[in-house]
Amino acid sequence: MSEKINKKFWIVLLVLAILTPLGLLASGTAFGEWNSKQLQQTLGYVPDGVKKGEALWQAIFSGYNMPGFGNDFMHSGIGYILSAVIGIALIYTAALILGKIIAKREEER
Amino acid sequence: MHIPDGYLGPITWIALWLVMIPIWIFAARKLKKDLKTKNVPLLAMGAAFSFVIMMFNFPVLGGTTGHAVGGTLIAIVLGPWAALVAVSVALVIQALFFGDGGITAIATNCFNMGVVLPFVGYYIYRLVSAKADVSSSRHWIGAGIGGYVGINVAAVLAGFELGVQTILYPPVDGKFQYFMYPLSVSVPAMAFGHLLIFGFVEAIVTLLVVRYLQQTDPSLLRASDKAIQIEKAKKVSA
Repeated sequence: MSEKINKKFWIVLLVLAILTPLGLLASGTAFGEWNSKQLQQTLGYVPDGVKKGEALWQAIFSGYNMPGFGNDFMHSGIGYILSAVIGIALIYTAALILGKIIAKREEER
Repeated sequence: MHIPDGYLGPITWIALWLVMIPIWIFAARKLKKDLKTKNVPLLAMGAAFSFVIMMFNFPVLGGTTGHAVGGTLIAIVLGPWAALVAVSVALVIQALFFGDGGITAIATNCFNMGVVLPFVGYYIYRLVSAKADVSSSRHWIGAGIGGYVGINVAAVLAGFELGVQTILYPPVDGKFQYFMYPLSVSVPAMAFGHLLIFGFVEAIVTLLVVRYLQQTDPSLLRASDKAIQIEKAKKVSA
């Protein structure tokens, strides 16, 4: 892979990270990803499994927002950009480590 | 397409963990052979790219949203097994840190978006681009069609996994325990948004990047081809 493509990739990724709040303009929730409040409204009850499922795990950056941030567009937008940057760093590092463990073993043989 | 916790009953999500664990092990073994150390950063870049494009929600009529995944693109550059690992890493981090997709549903989501999506997309790409010169338009056309079909098959499968809950866990006193809409609703609903919008987003992202690579660094497109050719040569000599 050339240096030029490598550099371009990171520039594109940074631009995309800055543009992620555009994703917030799409109002509504993906099909089958509603929370219990939304289900209460549409069904009139919350399925037991969903109730238990929601209590199972509290992600720190739940909904791609920062802990303590409000849900107004400004905070959600900044939360989205920060989430994108944090996510990129976490995923790049995790995949790099995993890939190196897998590829390293090959060289040992 | 990120199924949350509590939407699938244990029969489904446990079954998919049992399917995915051997697939992950097999993928690691496969990559031990095919993934070159110098391509590891490319794998990590693929995972990060997939994560970011999944954040771009597009609206569709009826008040729902969806997004592209980029799995077919990673498969075209690094092969489908590497795409499986890259998308799986992104999905695990999304579930753990961002609450996007459930913990119990990690295996299900990895099966849909990490296995079915890139494998379907990749083999359609190979079918369309077969034997064509690396500069041929058949590469980016194949990439676009592969991206479109791959994400749609994955979406329909997710719709099936959701809808089948109403059969596996029928309502008690009129209340469902897990997912609550029948197959006749969930499958068309998942297909609708992807056929109409998200599939085209996936297709455009895939074909634009493949076209760009054709013009600037075609060696990246042949990276996975070479591994396959070597594999075939080995089989012939063995």
